[in-house]
Amino acid sequence: MEAKEYKTIKTEIRLPYELAYGATWTRFFEGLKNKTIFGTKCTKCGRILVPARSFCPRCFVDTDEWVEVSQVGTLIAWCYTNYKYFGMPTEPPFIGSLIRLNGTDVNFLHLMGGFDLNNFDEVKKIIKSGMKVEAVWSDDRKGHIMDIKYFRPL
Amino acid sequence: MAKQVAIVAVAQNAGAESKDNFYDQAYAVTKEVLDKAGMTRDDIGTVISASSDVFHGGISCANSYYWETTGAFLKNASRQDGESLFALFYGAMRIMTGHYDTALVIGLCKGSENPPNDTCTLMYADPFYQRGVGLTETMAAALQMRLYMERYGITEEQCAKVAVKNLGNGLRNPYAHKKGRYTVDDILGSERLIDPLTALQVAPKSEGMVALILASAKKAKEIADKPVWINGFGSSLDNYYVGDRDLLNGQLKNAADRAYKMAGITDPEKKIDVAEITEPYAFQELMWYEGLGFCKEGEGGRLMDSGFTEMNGRIPVNPSGGVLANNPYVSRGLQRVVEAVLQIRGEAGEKQVPKTVKTALAHGTHGYAGQCHAVAILGR
Repeated sequence: MEAKEYKTIKTEIRLPYELAYGATWTRFFEGLKNKTIFGTKCTKCGRILVPARSFCPRCFVDTDEWVEVSQVGTLIAWCYTNYKYFGMPTEPPFIGSLIRLNGTDVNFLHLMGGFDLNNFDEVKKIIKSGMKVEAVWSDDRKGHIMDIKYFRPL
Repeated sequence: MAKQVAIVAVAQNAGAESKDNFYDQAYAVTKEVLDKAGMTRDDIGTVISASSDVFHGGISCANSYYWETTGAFLKNASRQDGESLFALFYGAMRIMTGHYDTALVIGLCKGSENPPNDTCTLMYADPFYQRGVGLTETMAAALQMRLYMERYGITEEQCAKVAVKNLGNGLRNPYAHKKGRYTVDDILGSERLIDPLTALQVAPKSEGMVALILASAKKAKEIADKPVWINGFGSSLDNYYVGDRDLLNGQLKNAADRAYKMAGITDPEKKIDVAEITEPYAFQELMWYEGLGFCKEGEGGRLMDSGFTEMNGRIPVNPSGGVLANNPYVSRGLQRVVEAVLQIRGEAGEKQVPKTVKTALAHGTHGYAGQCHAVAILGR
């Protein structure tokens, strides 16, 4: 930041937190380590929610049935992100995406990749909403959402 | 709730960068609104503030810091986080209890000092899943825009027209931060930050200290020449995870229907004379037209093309320039109310719409891609 014409104080707040994953996220992320994606099924509306969660936010009942969901799905929406920001998941460009995994009832937020992303005109020829996609796993899995590197076009 | 609580005075200060500090700026706007109403601090029954802790101000328990700037010393005051329009509702409800004749409602934000909006909105994301994928309000909006265009055949040009209109309207607003005479090509040719969004279709981060004084019916008639009545309000909340939501069928319709019902409005496209709405991303204004009932689902682009929402249209939308022209993140909903009040009173200056305004609508939203919506109906 450039200096302002008037007197300012530059300050920064760094606050360390240690947040519990809880039982459901723990099991979900353990699944990712093992190249599996877990959802949970709502006993009332029957929807399969992914990532897994402890209750259905619509029906407000427990979701106690765990299901391993497909790693193949349909691209619902995408955005070609070409600027840097704090907390970005990887160096730009990258493609934020909503993906409907086969057999599930909500969209899964992740990235598209597996091809050259540098030229947007070329990217537009490859990526289309509605296309079939598949999860590509990182070799170095830590129980993190980016254990899935990205989804690639099928 | 017709004619029970009125807005009797409003004040705001400029949206561009200011060398005053937060504390003094908050005091200035409070003092201004009291002066306009011909009141002193002692005349105020209760205070409701809207602000953000830490993220949009760099200070925690921010209300403890600024309470005295709002005249709240020794008073029963409360602070509201999230959509600032709720502070208006809380102020009105406190008066409706019968315990207070007046309430000061204030929204506080000094955006020029803050980190980028995306830095703050990334922190809305849960730390386990969405934050790891880098979800910001801008990413959620870009995904929503893609869905909207592909589902209904909305064009990029139609989305850009919102920015042309609002940044143009901003030219007549001395409080607007970003303004200018742009073409659709200018908007679409601005930096393609996150396709399909371009830079000029994304709201800036602005300053916006806004203050309003509310009064009971009896008190309003004593102190105000032109009381503006709060005739209805409503809100609705959607699920949290963006993947759980139908991003094209959000909660604005619910929020608006609740507000219309309270205000006794059955045909909003005929009864609303002007609307000030919160459109941090240009295309969202088109979606919100639909949610507010100004047109049918999927027809927001056509409504824009028809000129319906231009300054001289049937329902001018965002004559102030809206949030694209001025985006004090925390107080933007309340700022919409201030602008709506000025339109009803015929005191909006150069941005006054060329028609009689009997009923105005103010809208606020927060959360990814419009997770929460709030609507207020104001009238003479």
